[in-house]
Amino acid sequence: MLESLIFTIFNGVLYGMLLFMLASGLTLIFGMMGVLNFAHASFYMLGAYFAYQVSVFAGFWAALFLAPLGVALIGALTERYGLRQVHQHGHVAELLFTFGLVYVIEEVVHLVWGRTPVNYQVPEALDFTLFTLFTTDFPAYRAFMLGVAIFMFVGIFLLLTKTRIGQVVQASLSHPDMVGALGHNVPRVFTLVFAFGCALAGLAGVIAGNYFITEPGMAWNMGPIVFVVVVFGGLGSLGGALVGSLIIGLAQTFAVQMTFSIASVLADMGLAISEDAFLSGFWFLELSRIGPMLPYLLLVLMLIFRPRGLMGTRAD
Amino acid sequence: MQQTAKSQPGAAVGFLRRYSLWIAAAVVVLVLPYIFTSGSSISMMSQMGVMVVFALSYNMLLGQGGMLSFGHAVYFGLGGFFTLHAINGVNNGAWSFPLELMPLVGGLGGLAFGIIFGWISTKRAGVTFALISLGIGELVAASAQMFTDFFGGEGGISTNRVTAANEASIFGFNYGPQIDIYYLVVVWAFLATILIYLLTKTPLGRMANAVRDNPERAQFVGYNPRMVRFAQFSLSGFFAGLAGGLFAIMFEILTAENLGAIQSGSVLLMTYIGGIGIFFGPIIGAILITWLQTSLSAFSEAWVLYFGLMFVFMVMYAPFGISGIIMQHYLPYKTGLLKRLLPAYGIAVIPTLILLVGAVSIVEMGYHISTSYLPSRPMDLFWVSVVATNAWSWIIAGAIFVAGVFACRWSYRKVGRAWDDVNETLVERGLA
Amino acid sequence: MSHDALTLTNVHKRFGPAHIIRGVDLNIPEGERHAIIGPNGAGKSTLFNLISGRFDISDGEIRLHGEAINGLPPHLINRKKLSRSFQITNLFQRMTVFENLRCALLWAHGYGYSFWKMVESQKALNEEAEQLLEKIHLQDKRNTMASLLSYADQRALEIGTTIAGGANVILLDEPTAGMSHTETDYAVQLIREVTEDKTLIMVEHDMGVVFDIADRISVLVYGEIIATDVPEKIRGNARVQEAYLGTGEDAA
Repeated sequence: MLESLIFTIFNGVLYGMLLFMLASGLTLIFGMMGVLNFAHASFYMLGAYFAYQVSVFAGFWAALFLAPLGVALIGALTERYGLRQVHQHGHVAELLFTFGLVYVIEEVVHLVWGRTPVNYQVPEALDFTLFTLFTTDFPAYRAFMLGVAIFMFVGIFLLLTKTRIGQVVQASLSHPDMVGALGHNVPRVFTLVFAFGCALAGLAGVIAGNYFITEPGMAWNMGPIVFVVVVFGGLGSLGGALVGSLIIGLAQTFAVQMTFSIASVLADMGLAISEDAFLSGFWFLELSRIGPMLPYLLLVLMLIFRPRGLMGTRAD
Repeated sequence: MQQTAKSQPGAAVGFLRRYSLWIAAAVVVLVLPYIFTSGSSISMMSQMGVMVVFALSYNMLLGQGGMLSFGHAVYFGLGGFFTLHAINGVNNGAWSFPLELMPLVGGLGGLAFGIIFGWISTKRAGVTFALISLGIGELVAASAQMFTDFFGGEGGISTNRVTAANEASIFGFNYGPQIDIYYLVVVWAFLATILIYLLTKTPLGRMANAVRDNPERAQFVGYNPRMVRFAQFSLSGFFAGLAGGLFAIMFEILTAENLGAIQSGSVLLMTYIGGIGIFFGPIIGAILITWLQTSLSAFSEAWVLYFGLMFVFMVMYAPFGISGIIMQHYLPYKTGLLKRLLPAYGIAVIPTLILLVGAVSIVEMGYHISTSYLPSRPMDLFWVSVVATNAWSWIIAGAIFVAGVFACRWSYRKVGRAWDDVNETLVERGLA
Repeated sequence: MSHDALTLTNVHKRFGPAHIIRGVDLNIPEGERHAIIGPNGAGKSTLFNLISGRFDISDGEIRLHGEAINGLPPHLINRKKLSRSFQITNLFQRMTVFENLRCALLWAHGYGYSFWKMVESQKALNEEAEQLLEKIHLQDKRNTMASLLSYADQRALEIGTTIAGGANVILLDEPTAGMSHTETDYAVQLIREVTEDKTLIMVEHDMGVVFDIADRISVLVYGEIIATDVPEKIRGNARVQEAYLGTGEDAA
């Protein structure tokens, strides 16, 4: 029991940090530019595919650096030649633009890499068991992922608190009008912030693509959950994004472990429910199967009881 | 607005003139099956009718109420499932209800869930609303996997409309042949279109526009923007459910996919491409996109890419969609200035075609290589046999594409200048 | 017992550490035309936002005809016949002038959220919208989209929208800001016409307009009202002059 608890917490935190790598970029972009980048998870997918492609020629370690740069470049081009054009039509138009991008990127991935998963593997140097606790092996790659996520987290933290531009960015998150304080460089800062956010997503793709599977559906699998995280945590709040990521990460990981259902709990308490009772599908549903649904359920509950999200300050 | 200075026609003529567009549309949809008689075209036209209602219901949110939803298929799909269960209920002898009215069951199902989810999601507007709609969409899609009694799990829920129609039907048809379904769809679609149109003319419809433009001002004229959004959302759920009901009757089977993200995205794309600013925009979008989906997907694997690119370019350069482009030409047409635009358009056609040929060649060759079992096998591209693995094919396609880009930039500048000229003249004449 | 149209008692507003409104007391009797003046950043627009329910007050009480309205959302305050205009024009941009006015009338005419009546066939509603159109002299712009109007016409429509619902307490936030002399004269005339028999409270920078229209004037400085009196007395008030001179504002 303790064993599985420890590993579940570990995996939950790991998944949460991965979510945060996406959510932080999304939050930065939203906070600075007011743009909700619907295609954020698509950049995550591009990161994984770029990493696969680079690793074929130059190995994983080159991919770790080059793939996020490549994604950043695509992000910068997207901002410069796409979003900026749409900006004049307002935030909903920007959201629509990035929504269209999801389709385009997915199809370009089909076009270049095909419809089936690519063989992007964990590098051999990290493909060993780091330690064995009780009876469960802990792969080194997971520790590496966690390390990268923490490294990135510290990096963002330092960037935001120790540099001038970071401080302006941070101020802009809570006071959108502060963006004007950037002076005449606003467009360039927008491009940089967008590219940086995309690079973070790309980095997440690099380290997660081989841990999970690198396939064209990975953007659609990840995207909605990241949006849940940012709304749950409070749109535009980095702290909220962190807390939201961890909560959703842990909740989903824990739910997968739960093999009991309402009926089984009631049976333990001496209340048997018959198999053909009304809504039997509901009573006999194992909690683990609610896993995929849980983030959205949390989102809806949050919106009912605290519409601005966990740590959000903005009304809309 | 109609001109005020026109002769007083007789009442009948006045009626005909006023409703000419509607009457013409009715005649066209009634006659169409006699022109396109094949089973597949009748089935496609029925699907267009369903999608018209779905897209119009979507535009009640996006175009009229300023609500961008990523989860509208929820109401469409739920409406469809309710209809299927209602039909199965008739087949089981649980109740009796004429098949012709079954879409109403879907509508009421859509309305009920529109009320429930609308209450939650209309609390907020703008981007947050969009994300909530996405969350609810995913929530329902995920529940559909769990509640297999209602959604049927992997295989979905299926039914037999003919048995139900034999049980209870107002007009005595059994709705076996596709043509029966076509007319059923057409009648409902026509009715729904009229109702949605009339809704825009009601106090609620007017205030939905007002809240879209400026929710704060709406509050300062006494309206609660949230209630306006909520009412509009619920009614939109009704029409989406109605469309879902028609869909269910037509295909006799529904799976969880029908209420999922792909269906939601597709109604957003078709509505937007048709144009959200004008009432008939979504109708154009629904017809065009359904046609593309069915015909293009037979030709090319890349049709989703073309579809996505078309959408992205629309958002960038034509935010009011196809109907917006049409309406843009209305004033030049009325004032006889259209002829000043046509030469520039004529010049722009060829570069555009060159660009498209280049782009399509690149995309198609790419797909050929990535998806074909034998990439070196020749493929047909614009009536030419091409070997996609040959570097020269790529060089030529690339050259055509680049030439197209430059030719387009040159010729589109001409189009821009022609428009500047037309707009100047319109301003001079005090018309713009 | 008769009440003043509007009563503010010890109203405070804080935005975090910033104390913007610091205990405002104000009584405005029925039918008065009251102007609020003061240097930039004194909190005039904030005060309007508090009265109209756009912001919540931090402390104190606001009564409309004797009934407490603080804490109510704007649409409920509006239904109690208090209406306001905005400093930055705030219209339904993608609707025509006539549509703007008609929308502003809907609630007052009792249509609520109804979706079973056609607005075109509501005779009384349309007639009143036409009258309103005439009142603000925009007949020839009837079918022009609000976003395409000239600035002065937008301001006129803003006033029209504000008075449409039949409010008896009207708040105008800088109705003549950014207007030329002719336009200002015209706007003053319009304000006089449309606020007849109503209680008017306006924030205004143009002292000509203020002294022309107002029955009484309140001077707001750093979130406090330092004087409320008839125009002649305000002109001679030493504290007022000091406040204006102190911030370098031109009080002429």
